[in-house]
Amino acid sequence: MILIWMICILLSGGILCWLTAQRLPLLAKWIALLTVIADMLIACWLFRVYEAFPDNTSWFINYQANWIPSVGISFHVALDGFSHLLLLLTFFLGILSVLCSWKEVREKTGFYFFCLLWSLAGISGVFIAMDLFLFYFCWEIMLIPMFFLIVIWGDARRRYAAYKFFIFTQVGSLLMLLAILALYFIHGRQTGNYTFDYFGLLHTVTDGATAKWIMLGFLFAFAIKLPVVPFHNWLPDAHSEAPTAGSLLLAGLLLKTGAYGIIRFVLPFFPEASVSIAPWMIFLGVTGIIYGALLAFSQTDLKRLIAYTSVSHMGFVLVGIFSFSNIAMQGVVMQILTHGISTGALFVMAGMLKERLHTRDITQMGGLWTSMPALGGVAILFTMASAGLPALGNFIAEFFILLGAFAGNPVFSVIATLGLILSALYSLRMLQKVFMGQQTVTVPVKDISTREFIIMAALSISIVILGLFPQPVIDTVRHLSTIHPSIHE
Amino acid sequence: MEQYLYLIPALPLIGFLVLSLAGKYLSRNFIAGIGAGSVCVSALITIILGVRFLQSPPGTVYTQLLWHWFLTGHLSADLSLRIDALSLIFICIITFIGALIHIYSIAFMRNDRDYARFFASMNLFVCAMLLLVMADNLVLLYLGWEGVGLCSYLLIGFWYETPANYRAANKAFVITRIGDTAMIIGLFLIFKELGTLYIPDILIQSTQHFNSGSATITLIALLLLSGGIGKSAQLPLQTWLPDAMAGPSPVSALIHAATMVTAGVYLISRMHTIFELSPLAMHVTAVIGAVTLFMAGCSAMVQTDIKRVLAYSTISQIGYMFLAMGVGAWSAAIFHFFTHAFFKALLFLAAGAVIETLHHEHNIFKMGGLRKEMPVIYYTFTIGAAALAALPLVTAGFFSKDQILWYAWSAGGGHPALWALALSGAFITAFYSTRLILVVFWGDMKTTPGHLPSGIMTVPLIILAFFSIAGGWIEWPHNLLHISLFSEQVQQVLPVTQLKPHLPEEIVFQLIAVVVSLFGIYTGYALYYRQSELMTLWRQSANVMTVRNFLLNGWRFDQLYDTLLVRPFLFITRINKSDVTDKLYTGIADIHLQLNKLFSFFQNGSLRWYVAGVLIGILFIITLQLLL
Repeated sequence: MILIWMICILLSGGILCWLTAQRLPLLAKWIALLTVIADMLIACWLFRVYEAFPDNTSWFINYQANWIPSVGISFHVALDGFSHLLLLLTFFLGILSVLCSWKEVREKTGFYFFCLLWSLAGISGVFIAMDLFLFYFCWEIMLIPMFFLIVIWGDARRRYAAYKFFIFTQVGSLLMLLAILALYFIHGRQTGNYTFDYFGLLHTVTDGATAKWIMLGFLFAFAIKLPVVPFHNWLPDAHSEAPTAGSLLLAGLLLKTGAYGIIRFVLPFFPEASVSIAPWMIFLGVTGIIYGALLAFSQTDLKRLIAYTSVSHMGFVLVGIFSFSNIAMQGVVMQILTHGISTGALFVMAGMLKERLHTRDITQMGGLWTSMPALGGVAILFTMASAGLPALGNFIAEFFILLGAFAGNPVFSVIATLGLILSALYSLRMLQKVFMGQQTVTVPVKDISTREFIIMAALSISIVILGLFPQPVIDTVRHLSTIHPSIHE
Repeated sequence: MEQYLYLIPALPLIGFLVLSLAGKYLSRNFIAGIGAGSVCVSALITIILGVRFLQSPPGTVYTQLLWHWFLTGHLSADLSLRIDALSLIFICIITFIGALIHIYSIAFMRNDRDYARFFASMNLFVCAMLLLVMADNLVLLYLGWEGVGLCSYLLIGFWYETPANYRAANKAFVITRIGDTAMIIGLFLIFKELGTLYIPDILIQSTQHFNSGSATITLIALLLLSGGIGKSAQLPLQTWLPDAMAGPSPVSALIHAATMVTAGVYLISRMHTIFELSPLAMHVTAVIGAVTLFMAGCSAMVQTDIKRVLAYSTISQIGYMFLAMGVGAWSAAIFHFFTHAFFKALLFLAAGAVIETLHHEHNIFKMGGLRKEMPVIYYTFTIGAAALAALPLVTAGFFSKDQILWYAWSAGGGHPALWALALSGAFITAFYSTRLILVVFWGDMKTTPGHLPSGIMTVPLIILAFFSIAGGWIEWPHNLLHISLFSEQVQQVLPVTQLKPHLPEEIVFQLIAVVVSLFGIYTGYALYYRQSELMTLWRQSANVMTVRNFLLNGWRFDQLYDTLLVRPFLFITRINKSDVTDKLYTGIADIHLQLNKLFSFFQNGSLRWYVAGVLIGILFIITLQLLL
């Protein structure tokens, strides 16, 4: 029940923001902030439930209520360690996204926070839904408010970016809907029990070819979200045109729903089919790592550059998932968390720079370290995180993934490792263009304010803690090794 | 004592944290106190630890577990420190020389705007290097390894406003990253084969798991070697080091003497079992060392920038260490690291003092006549240069280099060709050391000196000069004196050097080495002090000048990489800036737009068009009916 409350708090908080913002815009901001903080507190409180649970490897919260019983749709939500981590990430980045919109959004404040909170509600719904219909429902809920965030508060090319984002993800969603329906009917015909329930459908017997097609339906939706090269083209446009909070949510959370979907649905539903497609997926993952990094290196738009680094980093996720190695799988979870934090931080930094300089073009920046020493320090920290420097969380993630993948696929793993060199190249280029050299900007720029300091401090501390004390995360997702029969220690 | 091990890296780390977070609120004296103080206290703890260690029975190992880093399946790594004789030597050098460099920097950097940032990065550098040598598993070692890379980036590009500086910083980071990537692939391979990354386990298990000379162990050894080559600036990844002197002089001293470039030497000697299992990797190490020492030495002969001369000499001296390790003379390599640290730190700090006094003049041919003006610097620098040139018996450099020359021929992996290269390197080193002294300190004064360095800068120089002389006396050649304090310690960890049978007398080699060094010194004296006519003749000859420029540019490796790698890379990224796959989707969108245009052309509101359409439709259906 507590999970339903979390979503309801977000939904009603969103409506409240919309209603109050006309008269009291400041109050709306505070409502939005407190809503997400309340959810964060609940998610933290869930730790106690988690620890009290004797077998801390499985679903420790499971709630089911009837919704449309005649067609087998129920309101089924459940939480295991993996989902719990993702919820924590969602609310953590949610709080920061509200904070970084504090000054940036000046018009239609109420509707803005409504969209932000509803999008967060959709994302958290995706992470806990255990009914495929409910999952699809939440999948769409997170998409539409995000579309509005981009199209209303975005930058110059916001319409193009928003439509592109919408069409890409919608094509994927529709294929997934078809796949869900196919699974529903096959299962119904076999057992006579028509249900959308996750655990009900889990062991549907399908023959090889059918399983493959249905799997591709799911995989396509998730591959677009992740994104997998060559379906990544919506990402740089959407990320660069979205407002800062939008980019933060897109990079930090929306991409992760793709990874989550593959781990939660594709692998357990279609074990054989996913093994048969694994080499192709690893190939695409490696392609993404290299291709994304090459593109990131050449960009002159700061947010676009960061967006392409996401493509590169998400390639690691794909490689990790389809290596079917327990270590790699834990690396994937680490990558999901740490990429959310580090790339989120870079987007927040880009937002701060844009607020001050009114440009995203790095050729017009330079020498900003002199006037913004604190932001420069933070930038070094997070570009180094992005380049996989040990002691920061991303290293653990990429190390696990590459090490895990090496046992089964040494060649691909080695090529993926070359991505580390490329990541150094684009990271250093970014630092150099923005912070090094002679200061070219003539307008006086201020270093970070207290609000910005809080955002950056929270992100910095969490990335260092994840890098030095990753064990709690690893323990939480230990059970993922049982998710797929061919995952081995 | 074991429970205080963590303090050695933790103190510089605390220094870093305090200075980087609160640096702008602190006074300069306080910053200097924290920055230099933290490393000095670390050095004191190390000395106490070292004394205890010497008193304890041979083979003692200190360990301290800080916390479990991660554990999943078989893969585990802890933040755990381990000190044996080998790491202790490195820790001593890092903290002791690091402390002296920090003290020197208090005065050297006094007027810099970013005083706190400087000391913060220096402290982090020391901390990372300490973690590297104290790590008990390869993941923690890699943490220190990458940390060193980051700090070198921060410090080489310390004056980030000048393009040359941040380019040098980028270059250092990227080139060492290439080596690091090879190394981490080596880690994956070790884990795949042995299922552990804990260093003592790897060393024990590799002898049981692998046959000597098997392909896998050779591959592992070569991958680790590539990591070492990157950090230690050996061929073919040496090009970052000459540019790295863009940073402040104390940074160069730290990079060249105490940290960074010696990391490769540490890695190889730490993983010596793996290398010993692979004769091929050992040969490769020796050959790379020998070729590097010769090539870098040649480049050092013609440089005009005082710090570039020293930079190339570092590459060359590290080459000696690689050569020694490659032939199996482990303790000689470590001994050369030990003595080299003192005189190279001394040379860089003294060079920094000269450069500061001469208003940031780097060109040695615009210096000169400083012998009388700055006597302390002159004498200390001369001692450093003499040690570099391996002046017999009175300098530390002699004792270590003599061993390497001897083993290059006589040790198990030795070869006359390696010895010949090493010997010609000895001549070259002696030559350019002499050249440096004569051009910088003798002759006519060309630039008037400004403020002379203060006491806080000269005291570290004097201490280092003392060790550049006395540091060698703890290990004598066997045929001269039976003092081998150093190798006794090292051989607790590293294997004893095996000699070939039927060798000539060691004294013959020593005499040859001495003669060659002295001849190098004389050549330098003849060419640069007596201003021989040969020089003017060479200056006019086009061929000689071509060779000179070739060497001046470091055998044109930069140009080679620029053509082979950098430009193709830039070209590929430039032409694909707007992402070629996007064409596919814009193509789909365009097709739809075209179709839209086509169909909207028919829907034009003109009744005649519609009637015609209906008629064509009817005709079509009727025809179908008739035909079918």
